[in-house]
Amino acid sequence: MAETRIAQEPFGPGPQQDAVFGPEHEPETEWMELNMGPQHPSTHGVLRVRLKLDGERVRDADPDVGYLHTGFEKSFEDKTYTQGITFSDRMDYLAPPINNVGFVSAVEKLMEIDVPLRAQAIRVMMMELARIASHELWLGTAGLDLGVYSGFFYAWRDRELVLDMNEAYSGVRMMTSFTRVGGVAWDLPDGWTDQLQKFIDVMPGRIDDFESMLTANPIWKQRLSGVGVLSSRDAIEAGVTGPMLRASGVDYDVRKAFPYSGYEDYDFEVPLGNAGDCYDRYVVRVAEMRQSLRILQQALDNLPGGPWLTSNRKVALPPRSELSKSMEAVIHQFRLVSEGFKGPVGDVYAFVESPRGELGFYLVSDGANKPYRMKVRPPSFCNLQPLKRLVQGVLVADVIAIMGSMDFILGDVDR
Amino acid sequence: MTTEVVVETLIKAAIVIGALLTGFAYLTLFERKVQARMQQRPGPNRVGPWGLLQPAADGLKLFFKSSSMPAGRDHFLYLLAPLISVCAALASFAIIPISGPGTLNLFGYHIGWYIMNANIGVLWYFAVTSFGVYGIFLAGYASNSKYSMLGALRSSAQMISYEMALGLSLVPVFILAGSTRMVDIVNAQHTWWFILPLLPAFFLYLVAGIAETNRAPFDLPEAETELVAGYHTEYSGMRFALFFMAEYINMIIVSSIAAIVFLGGWWGPFGILPGPWWFLLKVVVLLYVYVWLRATLPRMRYDRLMALGWKSLLPLSLAMMMVTAVVVVAAQGGA
Repeated sequence: MAETRIAQEPFGPGPQQDAVFGPEHEPETEWMELNMGPQHPSTHGVLRVRLKLDGERVRDADPDVGYLHTGFEKSFEDKTYTQGITFSDRMDYLAPPINNVGFVSAVEKLMEIDVPLRAQAIRVMMMELARIASHELWLGTAGLDLGVYSGFFYAWRDRELVLDMNEAYSGVRMMTSFTRVGGVAWDLPDGWTDQLQKFIDVMPGRIDDFESMLTANPIWKQRLSGVGVLSSRDAIEAGVTGPMLRASGVDYDVRKAFPYSGYEDYDFEVPLGNAGDCYDRYVVRVAEMRQSLRILQQALDNLPGGPWLTSNRKVALPPRSELSKSMEAVIHQFRLVSEGFKGPVGDVYAFVESPRGELGFYLVSDGANKPYRMKVRPPSFCNLQPLKRLVQGVLVADVIAIMGSMDFILGDVDR
Repeated sequence: MTTEVVVETLIKAAIVIGALLTGFAYLTLFERKVQARMQQRPGPNRVGPWGLLQPAADGLKLFFKSSSMPAGRDHFLYLLAPLISVCAALASFAIIPISGPGTLNLFGYHIGWYIMNANIGVLWYFAVTSFGVYGIFLAGYASNSKYSMLGALRSSAQMISYEMALGLSLVPVFILAGSTRMVDIVNAQHTWWFILPLLPAFFLYLVAGIAETNRAPFDLPEAETELVAGYHTEYSGMRFALFFMAEYINMIIVSSIAAIVFLGGWWGPFGILPGPWWFLLKVVVLLYVYVWLRATLPRMRYDRLMALGWKSLLPLSLAMMMVTAVVVVAAQGGA
């Protein structure tokens, strides 16, 4: 029946084809169709899922994306490489620094530019902070979906510390846009490292508190264990990455597999799950937060000195002090500000590990000062693929748990 | 004489309804304040000192809201449902004696500390509260909304299941007290509160009571992240407020009954406070437990909840009943 059909073409029928809901599968009893979303308290944005219900049991589901279409990929084609950075923030609005780095590393790969060590370390710190903030937010909202009201506030409180640091560094709490091609826009401000040290000291206790509330809580375990089990094979087939893939036991982390921004120099582990259920996804994310703290401590201890932006004046603005002395600097400044820099003809793919998985930027250049084509490989969109399969046969309450455990960002799904 | 009784009852009913409605209003504030403290935030503090006028502001807001109604509703039942809910909740307070053992002597009259000293006692509460299920179910049915319908189905299943456990968990109390009359039950606790010999029954009652009132962690019928708002999704303005009122008044009543049958009602250990204050204190402590649980626990899943009710609470209540009966009979036989 419907089940076998789905097994044959796992991710085939979209809303238009509607094969699963077709007349040949009409069951004896009437199923109730429930339209969950796009405006529903726990679809985390505007995901729409059409559920076929048999009482409380889900017989079939039909996810429908596109309600938050932003056209960022197309917009990239109309902005210079430096201007494009501000778009990258807004795709995955819960981890903007990681998107910033992902985008500029594509441009850097295209332009073959080396990034100074200090800039790499600053990027790593900002990225790991963003990872912690994103996982905190996930803990809060996924918990809220399952009725953990207080956890939401604790998670928000801790995330606030990261936002404060974002603000102290970049002046903006979320849309940091702190990277520049060839480095970062600013050096760390005074006192920022102390702030970070304080954060690293306070966070383990906060995570412990959170875990003491949930990890061994029988209701929490009941709600998550054995729910939404995704086998490693299915996960790989669907292109799932990030904590969701690792919860299924696949050891793939871009930071380890294809190190970038100096991740090969840091000592950290990649937490893995084995059951592939919602509970493992929770455990993996919490463990990742602890690993991120380890990376932060190492980055802070070994923070290199020196420049934070490449000295290649073709892509990076000259320092202000040079402008009054050097005619060349004035020319560079003018060129960079008025039309940006031109890239060589070619195409590159650069990818980073976002809190949700592999975030890739495929950049095609025709030699102009802006991308000819930009294709983003969003982790959220790929992680959403198994949803249809995972929710078949579960209860309505489990749909919420499963969607919560996937941690997708609709801004990332509908670029 | 009969006229006097009628007048007396009417006045007492008016006072109780007024007190319950005020209690409901301040219970919402209490819940928000306590929960806020547990969540490291100040809670409502803008309207009046310590936010004391917040319930009034909320009430006024709901009162002046335009009341939109869904298309395709069953109009009569749609309007009737919130009334059933709130009336059932209010009516069940009639049997609660807030003080005793004597009467209040006022203007030469001896006035009992209760509206009704029925010999069926707690059974009245079960009868009336079962009626409240109709309010919820009809609300879901009449709203012409799938979310409401699912909420109503969950709710009726949950309330009917847990009423069994709730009722059976009180049977040991009847055995010990030898009566279902509330006043007799409290008087039987003059020396020892029933919570001491019947601690398991107390916890069974508490769990079943929380499920019965649809509160966290058993708040499935209105699980807002799953069913938007459950059975009252399509209600707004004052009609929504009536459901809200019914829920909170039910909390007060379940706590009141627990205070009476397990915690000795108006009896205090040292007699330092007058009866009504002891009663109030016990109710507030129990309400605090409600809020505490809500701030701490995740929501249970529907099938687990039913399993808990039928497979754990019900057998345990029956076992508790049997054990109490055997012990009481043995003790009487030995004496």
